[in-house]
Amino acid sequence: MDALNEFLARRGIYTLVMILFFLGVYGMVLAKHYLKKLMAMNVMQVAVIFFYLCFAQKEGGMIPILVPGNVDPASYINPLPHALMLTAIVVSMGTTGVAIALLMRIKEFYGSLEEPEVLRRASK
Amino acid sequence: MNLGAHSPVFIVLLPLSASLLCLALSRLNKHLGAWVVQLSILGAFASSVASLREVLAEGGKSIHYWMGNWAPPIGIEFAIDPLNTSVLCMITFISLVVSFYSRPFLQNEDWLHYGGYYTLYGLLTVGLCGMTVTGDVFNMYVYLEIMSLSGYGLIALGGKKSMVAAFRYLLVGTIGASLYLIGIGYIYAMTGSLNMADIGQRIQPFVHTPLFAFAVACFLIAFGIKMALFPLHGWQPDSYTFSHPGAAGFISGCMSKVPAYAMLRYFFYVFGVHNSVMEALMNVLGIMGICGILIGSVMALAQYDFRRMLAYSSVAQLGYIAVGMALGNVHGFIGAVLHLINHAFMKCCLFLVVGGITYRYGEVNLYRLGGLNRKMPVSSIAVVLAVLSMVGIPPTCGFFSKWYLMLGAYEGGQNIYIAVLVISSLLNAVYYFRIIEQMFIQREASLPEIHEAETGLGLPVSMLVPIAVTGLAILFLGIYSSTLVTNIVNIGLPEVLIK
Repeated sequence: MDALNEFLARRGIYTLVMILFFLGVYGMVLAKHYLKKLMAMNVMQVAVIFFYLCFAQKEGGMIPILVPGNVDPASYINPLPHALMLTAIVVSMGTTGVAIALLMRIKEFYGSLEEPEVLRRASK
Repeated sequence: MNLGAHSPVFIVLLPLSASLLCLALSRLNKHLGAWVVQLSILGAFASSVASLREVLAEGGKSIHYWMGNWAPPIGIEFAIDPLNTSVLCMITFISLVVSFYSRPFLQNEDWLHYGGYYTLYGLLTVGLCGMTVTGDVFNMYVYLEIMSLSGYGLIALGGKKSMVAAFRYLLVGTIGASLYLIGIGYIYAMTGSLNMADIGQRIQPFVHTPLFAFAVACFLIAFGIKMALFPLHGWQPDSYTFSHPGAAGFISGCMSKVPAYAMLRYFFYVFGVHNSVMEALMNVLGIMGICGILIGSVMALAQYDFRRMLAYSSVAQLGYIAVGMALGNVHGFIGAVLHLINHAFMKCCLFLVVGGITYRYGEVNLYRLGGLNRKMPVSSIAVVLAVLSMVGIPPTCGFFSKWYLMLGAYEGGQNIYIAVLVISSLLNAVYYFRIIEQMFIQREASLPEIHEAETGLGLPVSMLVPIAVTGLAILFLGIYSSTLVTNIVNIGLPEVLIK
């Protein structure tokens, strides 16, 4: 039992994040509808963001806003991964935007977003 | 203010600002935006050449440009060394040449499509240049995404089928980018730094840990997807086949080479190849390369669509670069770098010719190109040059890169690589010489003309000149390849290989 507790305390959150990531990949591969594939892609991107936020945490750290008189770095969590993830969120929004624009055009041309249907009409 | 000292930043800054302005300017006048973008790419090319001269004058020591004068590891830096400036010159040169080539394809479009095309085109150039020049790992992720997003756009502009191809590339490409991001996360968690040079020093105590192995594997898969290395190449044939014919030369020439360069940079300059994890990884990379070379060549042999054949041939050629890296010795490294530059020009030239044939006849079946040498003489000669180079016949440039790869394989005692290189050269000869046979020997096929020939040479001048220039570049890169190796590549060799 101790071993399990130890594992969950040290690696539990990362395990969950990895499961989320590969759930996203699984969805992208197996979903038959293009919009579902796109949603699975977003799940995968969110997993990456969680991963960064997890390793930025530290025990006893507070949010990185300077308290007057306290300049000890150990008492604040690391703000850099959060800043990086702001960029990653923007990028993932851009990717989603492009993908939705593409899907609109696909829907216009093929009249469907179901993958087998689109591929059948595209191969004609 | 001394403009010369800022030349590294202009490589990215000029095309970026021009592309952002492009649509607004196109609203005023259809051609204005396009001209501004082309001018900015010319400026980027000039800055690349200036940086190359500067770095060679310094004796190959890398120059570090600090953004906003914030010193690394806190600030973002651009690192300029002989290797990446030569790649930069290649990107900006091809970008400049192809930007003229695209014009005839767009002449009937309205301002929105015309300006939009050049906006995406400029942003693609920004992404590629930025990935090459940056010395910061997260900055590279941002440029990677700029490159990918504008690339999806340009591929989707190609017509009906291109949108499905672009969407699939988007899904696969995003998996690659996310894995790269996870890799960065691990590296950052280990070293606490995002600067490449800084990481290179701080990572050394960690190179035997499983964390490091996981991070490097993430990088391998991420860049493998982006450069279409063998088992990860599924997106590539469709994307290259259906991409916008005006931009296909640039997309196929540079978009897979720059991730290959990034991989080279991480493996040789940042992580170093002499530790157990990297050696295992190099073996995997070599196996991927060999499979890519063989399967890409065989698949290319089976195609009758000219563009698709070239796309599969790209899978094989990227395999050469992977093998050159996997050898992990000086000659293998030189071979990989040379092939990276040479193949960009060869593939660009071939795709430009295919685009020319599509423009005039709307035909891509390579068994219907009989007698093309009389209708499009310049293009046919360019195809001959590119094909000779692909097969590896001196004095074209393809011979020299293969020669260095062979030399590296011989030194490393890797006989299997030599065998694969020879077999694939033979396969190359089979599937490329049938194009020459069609063009020069077969009876003239009757092809309906979509665009009447304006000149006696078969194509508008703005398409002929790029084809001729890239064709000549193949020849010149071959003739001056010893100069390129001794004066540029040898100076920029990574430290891990010198001792």
